[in-house]
This record gives sequence, structure tokens and C-alpha cells, in this order.
Amino acid sequence: MTASHATAAPRGRTGRRRGLAWLRAAAITVVTLIFALPVVWMFAAAFKTNVQVTDPRVGLWFSPTLENFRNIVEDGQILRSMGNSLLVGVVSTVLSAVIAVPAAWAVGRFRMHRTGSLVLVARIVPAISLLVPWYYLFAQIGLVGSYTVLILSQMFVSVPLITWIMISFFAGLPVELEEAGRTDGLSAFGAFWRITLPLAAPGTATASLLAFVFSWNNFMFALVFADDRTQTVPVALFNFISYASTDWGGLMAAATLITVPVVVAAVVGQKHLVAGLTSGASKG
Amino acid sequence: MSTTEVRVTATARDSARPPRGRAPRTVEQANRRLKWAMLTPALAFVGLMIVFPLAFTINLSLTDAFGAVNADKHHVGLRNFVDALSDVRRFWPAVKRTVVFTIGAVALEMVLGLALAMLMRKPFRGMRWVRTILIIPLLTTPVAIGILWLLILDPTNGVANHLLASVGLPRMEFLGSVSQSLPTLMLIDVWQWTPMVTLLLLAGLTTLPEEPEEAALVDGANAWQRFRHVVLPMLGPTIGTALVLRAVDALKTFDILYATKGPGGGSDFEAETLNVYAYGLTFDYQEYGLAAAVLVLFTLFIVGVVVLLRRRSGRKDAA
Repeated sequence: MTASHATAAPRGRTGRRRGLAWLRAAAITVVTLIFALPVVWMFAAAFKTNVQVTDPRVGLWFSPTLENFRNIVEDGQILRSMGNSLLVGVVSTVLSAVIAVPAAWAVGRFRMHRTGSLVLVARIVPAISLLVPWYYLFAQIGLVGSYTVLILSQMFVSVPLITWIMISFFAGLPVELEEAGRTDGLSAFGAFWRITLPLAAPGTATASLLAFVFSWNNFMFALVFADDRTQTVPVALFNFISYASTDWGGLMAAATLITVPVVVAAVVGQKHLVAGLTSGASKG
Repeated sequence: MSTTEVRVTATARDSARPPRGRAPRTVEQANRRLKWAMLTPALAFVGLMIVFPLAFTINLSLTDAFGAVNADKHHVGLRNFVDALSDVRRFWPAVKRTVVFTIGAVALEMVLGLALAMLMRKPFRGMRWVRTILIIPLLTTPVAIGILWLLILDPTNGVANHLLASVGLPRMEFLGSVSQSLPTLMLIDVWQWTPMVTLLLLAGLTTLPEEPEEAALVDGANAWQRFRHVVLPMLGPTIGTALVLRAVDALKTFDILYATKGPGGGSDFEAETLNVYAYGLTFDYQEYGLAAAVLVLFTLFIVGVVVLLRRRSGRKDAA
């Protein structure tokens, strides 16, 4: 009796456990599809003719055409704006990293969290309440429409972001390495420059990649500060809606073109990006 | 005379301090000097780009600035604030929409995000791919997301209505109608940001100690009891952080609202939140004084929400 009970119970439990595992796999698959399919739909639509795009019965099986891409490349505005976004993104990210990484080191290394939380203010204050005075001032000195203003306004997002991610990174590095460098005769700055900074390279790369992506995506600053010559991708895409409201194929091709770099970044840097996003957030 | 004085103090200081380099006291002093040198550029930038503009906004909110940015303006006291707060046509509906959008979207995101995080808690095959797919919505350009959903949710040609029809449900107007626009936008926000909540909570879950749960298991607690009384309280701080982050960002949502519904949030202002309203006042109507007043109120509102949420999640920690 006891013996039969002992043998029966585990078999029942493993059966149930296998059922649960199967249910979990199914649930995860469904949820993942819900998050993936809209983006897949966008990529697919980019290769459809305009008739196919607006026919919901045309699913993911059709003969693809490059017509939409040919049209937007010939038009040129999307490619020009991608160049602008690249320029604004790279310059603002590099400048932000140069001032944010040392600051994050100081906060993380010396546990100055009160000073560090000043940076949090930049996360809370709505960007638009800063945009109004910036616009007011930059318009008076004739800078609106210039790359300078786009880069400066973007740094307002990037500096706090990079600082925040890097604070927790530096806080996790052992102080001993730096101290060893000091006893070997390095100056305080020398120890930071020769020992800590190289160790922080992967973290800095992640933070910078995220800062670049946020710059690539930023719409509001560019909507206000960019002109026809300097407009970045989100603005070019937005203008495309109003000028070519029926050209769904072209719109989806343009949206695909500006999304591909982000997807590549996500696939390549998946692990680091998640770590960066969550460490940047978890100290908030 | 003054040169000697300087020399004297210099030598006095030098002799009071051990020679440069190795001794610990110097290291500490060098560190102290260096840390402020390293912080100054960032603090100066934040000050210049935030504190000064905020002061400017407050000052602007007390004037009748309108039209060109270099036009004459006069101080009018609190008139802009009175005008904003007594405006029941645009201001108060925008406040209401902001609150409804934020509470609705964030509540759904927290519940779904937590459920998903629990589902993905134990490692499984393909975890890497699932996580990669989850970060794509939150890295994708919001304007592109807005346009994508305009296509999917198009009332006549969209695939969403096609799917609804295929399971026998009635057609929806989605973003094409006044009453369905805001709920639809909330669902888009849920699609875009639930992964963020999930990833944050997953990160929190991996740091939890295993012993309390094992103890509860030994005591005979079922799965729901272990979740409700062991995991949930331990995850409290992470949930609080995710909540504050999402609430702040949802209050400030702009890109998708503007990209799908245009200036003013549509013909009947149906998607006009405080952010969209303030943007329109400034850059479409050039009502700088009134806009500044709305922005001061908006900023105070967000700061208030953050203080409230942090205090509440702090209490949860203590409990």
C-alpha cells in the first residue's frame, strides 16, 4: 500500500509537470508572436505593391517587390534624413559619453548618490517644458534648424541616460584595482584613465548604443528644431504621412529602412542592451 | 611682499602634507579634488540645460508673450494660470485624458508584465530569442510604430478588422473614431512598453534569494500562495521602480499620439493630452505665456505623482 502509493505519486506529478511545461511553452510562444507580428507585418508590407498592402487578405505569402524601396531611394529625403540622424546621434552620443562617464565614475566610486540623483531630475521633467525656453533662446540667436541645436537638445537625454547606466556599472567594479594602481605610482586621474576606464569599456559601449538609439528615435526635439535640410528620420517619416497619405508601401518601406538598424542592434547586443536598460532603470 | 606670503603658505601646506603620490592622506585629497573635477561638466550641463530653462519657463509663464519670440512682452502676474485653470474646453479635458491614458496603460502593463515575467522566470530553450523580440518594440522609432498601427488598424483596409471579422466580431473604427482613439492608443502603448516592464521584473526576479520560497514550499504553500505572500513582497521595490518609470514616461507620451492623430490630437481633440496640448499652444499657436503656465502646472503634476508613488512604494518596502 505504502509502496504503491510511493511509486504512483511521482508518476502523476511528472505527468502534470510535463503538461504545465507544455502549457508554459505555448503561452510564451503566443505572447512572443503578439509582440513580433506587427513588426513582421511592417517588414512584409514594405515589399508589397500598394494594392497588396491595403488588402488584408494578402498575408505573409506574396511575391515581393523592391518597387517601394526604389521610389523612396529616388526621392532621397529618407536617406538624407538617415544621414542627419547618424550625424546627430554619433556626435551627441560621443559628447555625452565624454562628460557623463567621468561623472558616473565619481558618483559610483564615491557613493555620492544624492549628487547622482540630481541627474534623475532630467528623467522626470517633461522635455517639452525645456523645449519652450530653448526654442525661445535659440530662435533669438538664429540657431534653430542647425545641427548644433539638435545635438545639444539630444545631449539633454543622453547625458542623464549614460550617467545613470554607468553609475551602477562603476559601483560594481572593485576599488582595489584602482588602489593598486595608485600604490604603483599612478595619479588619481591616471588610475581612472589607465585602469578603470578600460574596464568600463563594455558598459560604456552599451550605454552609448542605447543613447544613440534614443537619439535616432527622438521625434519632439527634431520636430521643433530641424528644418528641411537637417530633419532626422522620425520627422522625415512623419512628413511622409501628410504628403503621401495613400502611399502605404512607400511609408512601410521607409519605416522598415529606419527600423532595420535598431533590430540589428537588438539582435547583436541583446544581452547587453537588456542589462543596460534594466540597470539604467533599477536604481531609479 | 605678496609673493613671499604666497610662498610661505605654499611651503606650509606642502610640509603639512606628505610628499605627492603614495601616502594615503594625499590619495584621499587627490580623490576628493578629482571627483569634483569629474562631476563638474555633467552638473554644469544639467544646470545649464535644465535649471536655467525651468527658471526661464516660470518667468515666461508670468508674461503675455505671444507671436514672435522677440516681440515685446509684459508681466501679467498669474493671469495665465487663471486662464489655464478656468479653461474647461481644452485644459481640463487634456488633464483627464492624461490621467486616464496613464492609469489605464500602466496598470495593464504592470499586470501583463508581471504575468509574463513569472512565465519566463525559469530558463527555457529559446529564451535569448524571446528576449531579443521583446526589446524590439521598445527600441523601435515611435513614429514608425504609430504609422505601422495606422496601417494595421485602418477601419476599412486594416488587417485587425479582417481578423475580428474572421472570428465573428464586429468591425471597429479604432483610431478613426473619436471615442475609440484613446483606448486604442492605450493598447498600442501596452504593446510597446509591456516588454520593458517584463524585462525589468525578470531582472528583479533573478536577484531574489531562493530560500524563502523553498521554506514556503516545505510549509505546504501552493503556487499562488508562494507568489502572493513570498515573491510579490520581495519583488516590491522592483515593481515600485518599474511603476514610477512607466508612469513618468506615460504621462509624457507624445510621439505616437502626435504621429497617429496629428496636432491637437484629432478633429475633436480626442487624443490631446497635456503634452500634446502644451506642444500645440507653443509651436502651433505661439501662445508662449499661456503655454509656459501649462508647462509649469504639468511639471508640478509629474513631480507630485513621482513623490506620491515613491512614498507609497517606500511604505510597501517597510511592510
